[in-house]
Amino acid sequence: MLQSIVILGLLAQPPANVIAYDTPNDEGSSITLMWERSPADSGDAILFRGYEIYRSESATGEFKSVGFVPAGATRFDDGNSEIQDGKEYYYIVRSVTDSGFEDSAVVGPVASGAQWFNSQRVNVLAIALLVSLLVIYYIRRAHAGGRLFVRKIAGLDAIEDAVGRSTEMGRPILYSFGLSYLNEVWTLASLSILYRVAQKCGEYSTRLLVPHYDPLVMSAAQETVKQAYTETGRPDLYDERDNPFLTADQFGYAAGVDGMMMREKPGAVFWQGYFYAESLILAETGHSVGAIQIAGTTSVEQIPFFVAACDYTLIGEEMYAASCYLRPEPQMLGSLKGEDLTKAMIIVFLLCGAVLGTLGILSEHFFDYRGLSVLFERIVQWFNTF
Amino acid sequence: MNLLGTWIAAGLTVAILSFLYRDNPFYKFAEHLFVGVSAGYWVIYIWAFDVKPMLIDEFLRQAGVEKWLLIIPAVFGVMMLMRWVPRTAWISRWPISFTVGIAAGLALTAQVQGYIIPQIQATLLPLVSIGKTTSETIARSFNNIMIFVGVVCALLFFYFSREHKGALKVGSKVGIIFLMIGFGASFGYTVMARISLLIGRLTFLLQVFGLR
Repeated sequence: MLQSIVILGLLAQPPANVIAYDTPNDEGSSITLMWERSPADSGDAILFRGYEIYRSESATGEFKSVGFVPAGATRFDDGNSEIQDGKEYYYIVRSVTDSGFEDSAVVGPVASGAQWFNSQRVNVLAIALLVSLLVIYYIRRAHAGGRLFVRKIAGLDAIEDAVGRSTEMGRPILYSFGLSYLNEVWTLASLSILYRVAQKCGEYSTRLLVPHYDPLVMSAAQETVKQAYTETGRPDLYDERDNPFLTADQFGYAAGVDGMMMREKPGAVFWQGYFYAESLILAETGHSVGAIQIAGTTSVEQIPFFVAACDYTLIGEEMYAASCYLRPEPQMLGSLKGEDLTKAMIIVFLLCGAVLGTLGILSEHFFDYRGLSVLFERIVQWFNTF
Repeated sequence: MNLLGTWIAAGLTVAILSFLYRDNPFYKFAEHLFVGVSAGYWVIYIWAFDVKPMLIDEFLRQAGVEKWLLIIPAVFGVMMLMRWVPRTAWISRWPISFTVGIAAGLALTAQVQGYIIPQIQATLLPLVSIGKTTSETIARSFNNIMIFVGVVCALLFFYFSREHKGALKVGSKVGIIFLMIGFGASFGYTVMARISLLIGRLTFLLQVFGLR
């Protein structure tokens, strides 16, 4: 049994009102303890060291130290793989000073568990639902024959020119997803662009090379190219060897694609996906073989390199919009319009926030009136809880 | 043995750098070696760090429902391998569709939580900020105005469902200027990082060849 020992100096007094409960909104294996500071705890770690947390599987069993928090703390999350969900545990919080320690009463039993729903993310759910409803509304409108417009995207208009140019020069076309994986949104957008490029290649009987970094993307790309060739009436053009897996190593992939470009001399190169440090190496090699290059990535760090080295670059979300532009189907157009309306709402919200905040500052400064400032601060605080 | 390894690394580095001159047999050798070795390495890596610990070992360790849930990814994995047989290749479309569907669903909350909300939080600013001195007030206000105008105009640039005419055209033009300034800064920053990588590699070569 734990004992209190007081030798000299500051008397260690136990923390009051210790409570233990299952940590909310988590995946289990975590118990949270809260308490009121010991009267001896002034927040000064020199006088009062802190609190040591002990856990046991029974109220009278052996307690084991599971953590320590410094003076001033009133909370401890016992998140540990040792904790089994549904099993009951008991806790003691020990005040520790230089001269001794004092234990709280035993609290418990308490058991941990996983939650299916994170109640702290209700506001995110609300935004996601709002966006989803807008998208669904516009998809239905597009299905009903409503006309939805997509603005011109320069890089995409150049696809036909690029394929035509390669055909005239008798050169193949190279398409790369970069270091994308199949579970990433830009890969899905890139697959739509690949479909369009493959269709054009099918129409012009031009060879299309698609070297891969990820085997799953390779599988999806092979299906996409095969389908595009079939739909243009040229299934015979499909050759699996033109859709090879190179390696899942970043610079190994870059070296392989560079070598492929030097030997095959493509007339057009498409960089559509996610790229890292290899982007400039690839784009410079494409430039050196005289290929027309159309890039598209959401990687903010790599866009500048593509802008510098390529003929056309789809910047960030332009890549997503490309899917709608190339395949203006109701689902695509509706989702694009829904996203745009969300952006418009964000702009209006920011504008209202800026006006309110500015008026608040000015009224406080010139008329000593704090009402608007307080309202603005409350809105900011509310939004920061998201 | 270490010395031999160092000389091989130096030789392969020179072979890869020879690409700067033109494609040549040394580069081809280094490239094929690199691609082959790295592909083989990743096969072992995926087995050792994904398939074995996350599927096989977990299956042996777990009990109850969690054990049998692991059958689902295992079956999906086998379905992917059906691609090898032309007659059953269509079966691989099922796990691909599942992966794509899950990705799209997860991306929605990730985008809202990870990008949209933090961006709005950082842009909710008053356009005027009073400082201790006039110059501080001007500087802070200018900063806030730049952030607000930059974010709003960049959003206008990415407005696709309306033709960019009139005010929208002006706004999107300002937006692309902000974006390009940002890209320029990023370009310079990254080039500096790349130069330091080059210096590191050249230092290695100089040390190997006894010039440093």
